[in-house]
Formats: sequence, C-alpha cells, structure tokens
Amino acid sequence: MRMLALASRNAKEILRDPINLAFGLGFPLVLILLLSAIQANVPVPLFEIQHLAPGIVVFGLAFLTLFSATLISKDRTSSLMQRLYTTPLRSQDFILAYTLPILPFSIAQSFICYAVAVALGLEITVNILFAVFGMIPISLLYIALGLLCGSVLNEKQVGGVCGALLTNLSAWLSGIWFDLNLVGGAFKKVAYVLPFVHAVDMERALLAGDFAGVLPHLWWVLGYAFTLLALAVLLFLRQMKR
Amino acid sequence: MDAIRIEGLTKEYKDVVAVDHLTLTVGQGELLSLLGVNGAGKTTTIKMLSGLTRPTCGDAYLGGYSVVSDSTSVKSIIAVSPQETAVALGLSVRENLQLIAGVHGFDKDKRNAKIDELTDLLGLNSILEKKAGKLSGGWQRRLSIAMALISEPQILFLDEPTLGLDVLARSDLWDIIRLLKGKVTIILTTHYMEEAEALSDRVAIMKDGKLLLCDAVDEIKRMAGTDNFEQAFIRVVKGVAQ
Repeated sequence: MRMLALASRNAKEILRDPINLAFGLGFPLVLILLLSAIQANVPVPLFEIQHLAPGIVVFGLAFLTLFSATLISKDRTSSLMQRLYTTPLRSQDFILAYTLPILPFSIAQSFICYAVAVALGLEITVNILFAVFGMIPISLLYIALGLLCGSVLNEKQVGGVCGALLTNLSAWLSGIWFDLNLVGGAFKKVAYVLPFVHAVDMERALLAGDFAGVLPHLWWVLGYAFTLLALAVLLFLRQMKR
Repeated sequence: MDAIRIEGLTKEYKDVVAVDHLTLTVGQGELLSLLGVNGAGKTTTIKMLSGLTRPTCGDAYLGGYSVVSDSTSVKSIIAVSPQETAVALGLSVRENLQLIAGVHGFDKDKRNAKIDELTDLLGLNSILEKKAGKLSGGWQRRLSIAMALISEPQILFLDEPTLGLDVLARSDLWDIIRLLKGKVTIILTTHYMEEAEALSDRVAIMKDGKLLLCDAVDEIKRMAGTDNFEQAFIRVVKGVAQ
C-alpha cells in the first residue's frame, strides 16, 4: 500500500530521533518515580500507584502529540512534501501515515510505564493488559490533536500550542494531579466537556476492572478522536491545495 | 498526441495575475525550457501542471488527463524534482528511493529492479547506504532526480535542477538530462542561459505571467539578431525583439 511506504519513513524519522525516545519514554517514567517517592513520604490517595499510573500513562501522550505535530508541521513546509504532494497519495493517506507509526510507540510507552508501576507495587492483574489495550483510542485522540495542530500551525507555533498550552490543559483538566471535585463548579463542568479527564477516568476504570465505568468515557474519547481526525484531514487537504 | 496541451491557463492571487492565459503544447519526448526573470510565472506554471495549485481558469492536459478534473491521473504519470533538494535527510539513499517507489505502488521486485537500474544510471552505488543528510549538494541533487525518475514518469518537471551546483556536478547532471531526452517529456526551469541553450529542444520565455514566445534556441537568436543566447533573451524580455 502506498500509505505504508510513507508510514514506514515516518516511523524511521521518529525512532531515529533520540529526543523523541528520551522525552516520550523517559519523562513519564521520571514522573512516576518522583511522585511515588513523594507518596512514600507524604501519602495522598490520588498518588497511590493504582490511581497515579493510569494518569501518568495518559499524560505521557501529550508528548506524542508534540512529536506528531512537529513532524507533520516540519514536513509540510519542506520540499520533500511538495514532491509527495505530486504523487498519487491522498490527504487521508498522509494522515494515516502520520498516525500509524505513533500508535505502537504510545502502546510501548504505556506498557513500559505499567511495568515500572508494577515494580513500584501495582498489583499484577489481567486488567493491566486491558488498560494497555484501552490506550489505543486514547492514543488516537492525542495523535489526532497533534495532526490537527501540525496541519495548521508552523513549527514554532506547534512548540507553543502543543508543547505548552496542550500539556497544561492536559494536566489541569484531567484530574491527574488533583481531584476535580476539590474545585468543582464551572471548572469541573469545563473539564468534563473536554476529553482529557474522560481519558484518565476510562484508563483508571480499566485498571480497576470496572468495565461498566469505561463506556461513557470511551464514547467521549472516540467522539473527540474521530472528529479531530476528520478535521485534520480537511485542514491538511486545504493546505495541500494552496 | 501532444504530451502536454495548455489552454488559457491562468492563476490569480488577489490582485496579482501570476500566470495569464498561457497556451502552449509540448511534444512527446521534447525538452522545453521555461525561462523568465523572477516573478515571470514559471514556478506557478509548474505548480499548476503538477497539481500542486488549482488554476483560476483555463486547463492543461498531461497525457490527455486534465489537471482540473483528473489530477489523480495526472499525478500517476508525472514526477517533479523541486527547486530545493527534496529528499528525506534522515533516510539513506536506498530508503529515499524505496519511499518514492512505495508511494507509487510498486511491489518489492519492481522496486528493487528500479533501484538497481537508477543506481547504475546515476552512479549512486558508492552512496546507496549513506544518509541523504550527509551527502554533498551535488549528490543530493542527483538523488533528488533519481527519486523523480523512479516512478517511470512520462513527464518530468525539473525546477532549477542545477541551482547552486559546482561546474563538475552541473556537467554531470546535464549528461543525465541528455540521457533522458527523447524518452521522457521534460519541462525545465532555469536561470542559466547556457543550460537552456545546451539542453532544450525549444525555449518558452515568460514575463509577468505571459508567454512572450516559444521557439528553438537558434530561431530565438535569429529573431533577436544576435548569436549570443543571453543577449537574445534580454532583448526578448525587454521587448526589443519578438
């Protein structure tokens, strides 16, 4: 398939960049280790490993958003992309070719994070596998966000929007670092209109084996993921024709 | 049948007419050079012919396919070597060639056969496993042309292929272009008059988006009353001879 040729190139570009590996895999691990150390000294229920690990795994995806946005934004302005635009590749081929290589990377990232969480005391159950599997739709959501940003923003803007704004939104409005009920009101309502807290709640429910608690959040995550992907295709197509 | 038939092709950007009702035909296997000072409309013409930009009005037929209504078919028979070296810098020479063969849908056997053929034709053996980003400008340009040729295009666009190359690298590329003459229809843009004179079957001179004339080099020199092609070009552009 034509699309796979470009997907293979994108995978090589991502895997051959040591910064991607260091941030994508290293930063979530540092966070788990640091917060677990804090938890050991000052116990906080939110930072117990069964609550903390799913949150960090989801938060780590914000860096994948940055990778995908940077790669697509950098490519978009390059001569190589001008060449690729004159081939039979369609806009959906481009979007898929940027999505597929990041998906296994995000699964590997979550698997490694849960392995470290097990070393830190997380009980080994089959639910960990479900939680890793549940990262597929959540990864799609974060990758779609990256593709959307990369399709409309330049490389510098991507750094600001994905590197700073999105990372902060994903942190503050996800219930990872504090219980949203503590703030409540409009803040909590806004958080539950956005997908981040749904992604974390879904992942926590999967890890806890509470499958009935997964569904409402899964629809939010999938709804946002496919809407953002469709928007990314449209905007990519628009700038292709400029 | 003509390889390219351009009928009243026009591109307007707000209050600027970049290409103004261009009408022209190019025969099978012909090498046509597009000449003009900066802003003449050469690159916009190539962008419209290669499906990168939609014309405001008019149409062009490449291999009988319309760039307006059937750009997918057009893209299956053309290749573009853009002005800047359009290679994936993080990939090896072989991987770059595999990428373009892949996006054109070649199976593994055909892909490998084409890579072998182009490696021999363009003398890429010694650099096949080297990263494109580590190559000199001349080798990168050679790779860029190999990437354009690997899809077996009927029509090849070379946008300033020797820009910034030293004398030897330029001479090597001229030899390669001469090898292709007669087999592939080539549209070449260049600012080097000696390049157009040495390689072209016909030369089209543009100014302010309009085609001033299109003829063989000797005929243009005769019309301009000089043996020097650069002088002839200047006279045509300044309106002294037409």
